[in-house]
Amino acid sequence: MSPDPAFTPEQQQEQPMSATPSDGPADVRVSPTAAATRSASDAAAAEQVGSGHSMSVKDVDAYYGETHAIRGVSIEYRANEVTAMIGPSGCGKSTLLRCLNRMHEEIPGARARGQILLDDTDIYGPGVDVVSVRRAIGMVFQKPNPFPTMSIFDNVAAGLKLNGVKGVDMKERVEKSLRGAGLWDEVKDRLSSPGVGLSGGQQQRLCIARTIAVEPRIVLMDEPCSALDPIATLKVEDLIHELKRDYTIVIVTHNMQQAARVADTTAFFLLGDMVEHTKTEDIFSNPQDSRTEEYVTGKFG
Amino acid sequence: MSSTSSASLLLAPVSGRRRTTDRLMRGILLAGTVIALIPLVLVVYYLFSRGLKGMTASGFFTTDPTGNFLGNPGGVKSAILGTLEIVALAAVIAIPVGIGVALYLVEFGKKTIFAQFVRYFIDVMTGVPSIVFGLFIYITLVTTKIGGSFTGWKGSLALALLMLPVVTRSAEVVLILVPESLREAALALGVPRWKVTMKIVLPTALPGLITGSLLAVARGMGETAPLLFTSATVFGTTYNLGDRMNSLPAQIFADISQPKDDIVNRAWASALTLVLLILAITLIARLAARRSRVS
Amino acid sequence: MDAGAARLDTADRSSFERSASARRADPLFRGGLTVLAGLVLVLLAFFFVFLIVKARPALAHQGVFSFVFSNDWNPSKDVFGAWPLLAGTLITSAIAMVIGVPVAVATALFITELCPVRLRQPLTILVELLAAVPSVVYGLWGVFVLIPKLRGTESSFADSLHVLPFVGGNVAGPNYFIAGLLLAIMILPIVSAISREVISTVPAEHKEAALALGATRWEMIRIAVLPYSRSGITGAALLGLGRAVGETIAVVLVIGNSTVVGKQIFDQGYSLAAVIANEFGEAANDPLHAGALIAAGLLLFVLTLIINGVARALVVRAERRQGTRLPPPTVTAAAMADPEVTAA
Repeated sequence: MSPDPAFTPEQQQEQPMSATPSDGPADVRVSPTAAATRSASDAAAAEQVGSGHSMSVKDVDAYYGETHAIRGVSIEYRANEVTAMIGPSGCGKSTLLRCLNRMHEEIPGARARGQILLDDTDIYGPGVDVVSVRRAIGMVFQKPNPFPTMSIFDNVAAGLKLNGVKGVDMKERVEKSLRGAGLWDEVKDRLSSPGVGLSGGQQQRLCIARTIAVEPRIVLMDEPCSALDPIATLKVEDLIHELKRDYTIVIVTHNMQQAARVADTTAFFLLGDMVEHTKTEDIFSNPQDSRTEEYVTGKFG
Repeated sequence: MSSTSSASLLLAPVSGRRRTTDRLMRGILLAGTVIALIPLVLVVYYLFSRGLKGMTASGFFTTDPTGNFLGNPGGVKSAILGTLEIVALAAVIAIPVGIGVALYLVEFGKKTIFAQFVRYFIDVMTGVPSIVFGLFIYITLVTTKIGGSFTGWKGSLALALLMLPVVTRSAEVVLILVPESLREAALALGVPRWKVTMKIVLPTALPGLITGSLLAVARGMGETAPLLFTSATVFGTTYNLGDRMNSLPAQIFADISQPKDDIVNRAWASALTLVLLILAITLIARLAARRSRVS
Repeated sequence: MDAGAARLDTADRSSFERSASARRADPLFRGGLTVLAGLVLVLLAFFFVFLIVKARPALAHQGVFSFVFSNDWNPSKDVFGAWPLLAGTLITSAIAMVIGVPVAVATALFITELCPVRLRQPLTILVELLAAVPSVVYGLWGVFVLIPKLRGTESSFADSLHVLPFVGGNVAGPNYFIAGLLLAIMILPIVSAISREVISTVPAEHKEAALALGATRWEMIRIAVLPYSRSGITGAALLGLGRAVGETIAVVLVIGNSTVVGKQIFDQGYSLAAVIANEFGEAANDPLHAGALIAAGLLLFVLTLIINGVARALVVRAERRQGTRLPPPTVTAAAMADPEVTAA
């Protein structure tokens, strides 16, 4: 990676890919048919357990115009674990999350630099297509955002359609994703009704189904429960536990109890710095840094 | 740096078809934008290349059209002055009425059915073709010979009808932006409603009101069709809005159909003059908007 | 009202009483403005009725159906079948839509979704400058530039693509296509401005949802932007259509003013608005002819009312979703240039 690349979406997307589906060992995900076949097979599904991917962030800086939102942060997200990022508003946790699938650069004037590896591939590297980065690293947003003009089915199918999945494969993948998001039983009789007709919690699980339908490597969640009531929140948290078997999850949350409930490790951010990242029980019971202690004990934030 | 082959493993590349479609569609959207700007460039180019000569010819601004097909066709003094007079009167009518209607809608009407009704018809008025406004005035005031047949003030009325909805809609937009807290603060001091409106709401929204009004004036200034039926055309300069009155658009319209170079050149020069006038007003409108105190 | 204000200052404040005239000032003010607003409606209704009254003799003479649909406009014989005019209006407007709407929507999409932020405002202003050019100037340009310069291109187009419907045959100097092209240019700024407003109401979260699924930029536009703004863009296109249908001066100069319905787009023709502008002078002393022209105006009025009514309804739906009313395009120009005006 070059020492000081300032990325814009335009530059990245215009760069030619150096690899095509035909060279090297073909990835199952390249061919939608192959992927669908595999997903239909229980054996393949079992094989996926514990085969998640890891991410590591190395010395990343992010800016909004002149504002330096993240200052040289390095952090590891281990495979098949839930990593929570907590901290007061404006600490940079959401910005870092958006850097992880390069959504950060969608904001006008925003840029990032440093190295972010998915396993050992630099997602900011030259020749890396931002579209395939987002395909591999899915994101669930703060406010449930199903496409308002689409039915429940079409919402889940949206990402699959882009990748050319059709017909029976499509139906199977949609059902699998809805089951995966714990929503199938609630919506199976009204798949063609609008996605926005669901309750807030259902909408958020629909968005999770939409995200996992394209079988990403990593699932990012940006305060996914902040717009939900406690019962819906609980359901989503249960779902996070389930999803952990198949996916590596990074979650930003405002709510320390939530981090304690769902996360294996927790990172505390303050003013664009990462203060501490350790096992969740340690960060709450035995924080190493005094600022972390003040935060988790409710002295500020 | 990581190898690109592992990138292909982990980050499934976007299929060539999707990538091509994306490039193609971006290219088409860019092309559309470029195509949209071509007529602007061409119109401006021809206006200057053909109009500048006539505009700098002696007597263009200082003499009236002679009406002679052979010999010197004269300038367009009467047309320029006529346009200014007609539009000025139209503005004097349309701006107070337009802002008054907007005040009603924002301060009193709000969401009542009557107000919604008025709003709807104001919107409808923005879509009425300008020639229809000309016809309205023609059948009600010209054919009935009220105050003479073709007169400048009837042209002003037709233009005022055209400008009114623009003034109202733009005024409504800025009046809504005046913070409710300002009104409440004044009302709480015991200031009567009408005084709050006149002394606080209007002055606060003034720059925005000026902008909207000037844009309406700019729109009215370029209109030809309503004037043909109302103020008609005439060669001589007049300061009497009760007479037939010349105007730049009508003069250009008349000149286009004259197969003589001098007269066509005068049309180009008049067109350039008219466009520059409209641009000047638009520019002033923008400067006024920049001074807006509402935010 | 000023007298009321003066008395208010001298009134005895301790008694919570205001003088009679001061108390009357508010209802008077309110009433005055209400009457003003009502007057606009009354005026519009009055004009409409007056148009009907004035058009009636001619309509009675010709028959309403025959007026609209019979293909013979011959004032010297008191025959007023307006079909050639209506057909011309529809043909030129259709050409304008086919050319203008895609370009306008492409421009709107490019400005809102693709172009660098710092180019947005300059591009917006440039496109809207097209609206500052008066129609008579477009007509002038059409007559002396478009018609002569495009003649050759039109001919080779007509020759090589005569398999297409409504293409081929001789190219007349002034013709439907030239008129449609001018109209396309004239509706471009309004269609583009309203489309842009509508597209900018698409919530960022929907666009981000698409991008986060691994959509390319175009796919984001296709799955998140266009479905959400479809009805608003349709409304914008219809407002453009309303403009095109009513445009007079540019059309009358370049359409050829022939009362025979052309067989193809390079033939001469006429339009409703053009015939009014052209013939009202000679009709001044012929009440029947004048009535027929007024009837043509009435037809035009009704046509634009319907088109704009539907367009407004569609745009209003887009506005509702956004929670505010979109300003008319003429205001948009200034508003876009000066964020302070539209801020909040």
